[in-house]
Amino acid sequence: MMTTLVASRVSPGRVGAVIGRNVGALRSGPSYWIVLLSGFFEPLLYLLSIGVGVGALIGELTVDGRTMPYATFVAPAMLAVSAMSGALAETTFNFFFKLKYMKTFEAVLATPVRPIEIAVGELVWAIVRGSLYTVIFLVVMVVMGLVEPGWALAAFPATVLVGLAFGGLGMAVSTLMRGWQDFDLMGTGQFALFLFSGTFSPVQGYPVGVEVLIQLTPLYHAVELVRGLCMGVLGWGLLGHAAYLVVLAGAGVWFASRRLSRTLCD
Amino acid sequence: MAGQPLIYARGLVKRFGEFTAVAGIDLDVAPGEAFGFLGPNGAGKSSTMRMIGCVSTPTAGELRILGMDAVHDGPRIRARLGVCPQLDNLDPDLTVRENLVTYARYFGLSRAESRRRADELLEFVQLRDRAGGKVEPLSGGMKRRLTIARAMVNEPDLVLLDEPTTGLDPQARHLLWERLFRLKQRGTTLVLTTHYMDEAEQLCDRLVVMDGGRIVAEGSPRSLIETYSTAEVVEVRFPGMPEAGARYAGALEGVGKRVDPLPDRVLVYVDDGDAALAEIQRRGLEPSSVLVRRSTLEDVFLHLTGRTLVD
Repeated sequence: MMTTLVASRVSPGRVGAVIGRNVGALRSGPSYWIVLLSGFFEPLLYLLSIGVGVGALIGELTVDGRTMPYATFVAPAMLAVSAMSGALAETTFNFFFKLKYMKTFEAVLATPVRPIEIAVGELVWAIVRGSLYTVIFLVVMVVMGLVEPGWALAAFPATVLVGLAFGGLGMAVSTLMRGWQDFDLMGTGQFALFLFSGTFSPVQGYPVGVEVLIQLTPLYHAVELVRGLCMGVLGWGLLGHAAYLVVLAGAGVWFASRRLSRTLCD
Repeated sequence: MAGQPLIYARGLVKRFGEFTAVAGIDLDVAPGEAFGFLGPNGAGKSSTMRMIGCVSTPTAGELRILGMDAVHDGPRIRARLGVCPQLDNLDPDLTVRENLVTYARYFGLSRAESRRRADELLEFVQLRDRAGGKVEPLSGGMKRRLTIARAMVNEPDLVLLDEPTTGLDPQARHLLWERLFRLKQRGTTLVLTTHYMDEAEQLCDRLVVMDGGRIVAEGSPRSLIETYSTAEVVEVRFPGMPEAGARYAGALEGVGKRVDPLPDRVLVYVDDGDAALAEIQRRGLEPSSVLVRRSTLEDVFLHLTGRTLVD
């Protein structure tokens, strides 16, 4: 009985070894570095082109009785997006490739490492990668005067939570992917979230039906949470957004590790 | 541990939906033994290996590895196993050396110890000069050697090799056999699947022949030959084969213990090849060629599992 209890616990050492594999990939040559760095630029380019560029045409924006420059409104959303895309890139493309083509996990499961430890390890790594983006992005925001340094610090843990949620979701989706054609589908979905989750315009401006629909999707909650903290507007609503993301993360990891056991340990 | 079998299976069954891959087998593998699973494709060898490797749960039956229950003690058993799968699943994102270091870490070894073992094993499988390079440019034989080195990082008590030399050229095979033989000399228990008879004869102390998910024969290579074949085989070819084959097969009846007509030749299983040759001559048959050879495991294999092609 005791052994079952001990064996069913997630071992930090084995989770660490799963993370270590990705560090090993960084040590093995430049190719993975290029993958890591390329993911950073997209949200930054949008911030500059839309937030600053289009923002110059729009001027000020009033949301919930607060007036702010358009770039200040868009920047926290791009921060949330960069946490999302860092985590998703790792848990979809890379995770799927390791699962389906490189058979990496098959090799790992021949060792004492268990499916849940793979899922947790890959998720932690996805967050490390996502956090690399968000830290740099926060520094850019501070330098551009789009966020107070203190609120930037407060927003950082929120971006980690965003990474957790999208990492869990990405992994779960990856275990269901049949092939590359499904990635096109996912890309479209991700882009739709990116455009409509209160990123470039407040969701209150949408028709009610659309607004409710958006409030069901994850990036909306990520953007609201991160934006609230960046602007220093605290409220109970933030806890609700955070709870949504926590549930999504947990469900994703649970589902992914179950699917891993089913497909690899049949 | 002494006297206890390393692998103990009773009534082991694996089903995938309606399909039965392993239909109830019993196994006892002793420490230090080199044990082989022989059989055509689809015989259930790989499914059995995956159950022994604790990555696949038995549908029914009892399976104990290293004295532990395969279903409940999976991680603890796997900690002491080395697995060399049929298809190489080395990590192409990592260098040769990093493949070993990373893998050692899954077993909870410290970074320093992992590095030390990686270097030692690269030496053992003669890949030290490729340590810093990626896996992809390696030849098939090199990759397989690296996979075997990877299976050794945790200094396993039991090494599972699923078709270790399939697809390799003769030089690579012999080098691999020699390395595996050294492992065996060190006292490591080896369990392998193969459909190469020469490999089974080279490496295995004892083997089972599987067919259709069951064990159809068991013993040492020599005892299997003695039980299921004869000491020698005479291969006789006649002009006008294959059409005339059946007629000649009839004419050869009684020369040996068994006659096996093939499209291009007739095999006669005999205890004494020279006596059989004399008898063939006495019967006035005029073969276009005759070859007397020792019986091999291949004869046993084909006798037990039939000549029908399985895919």
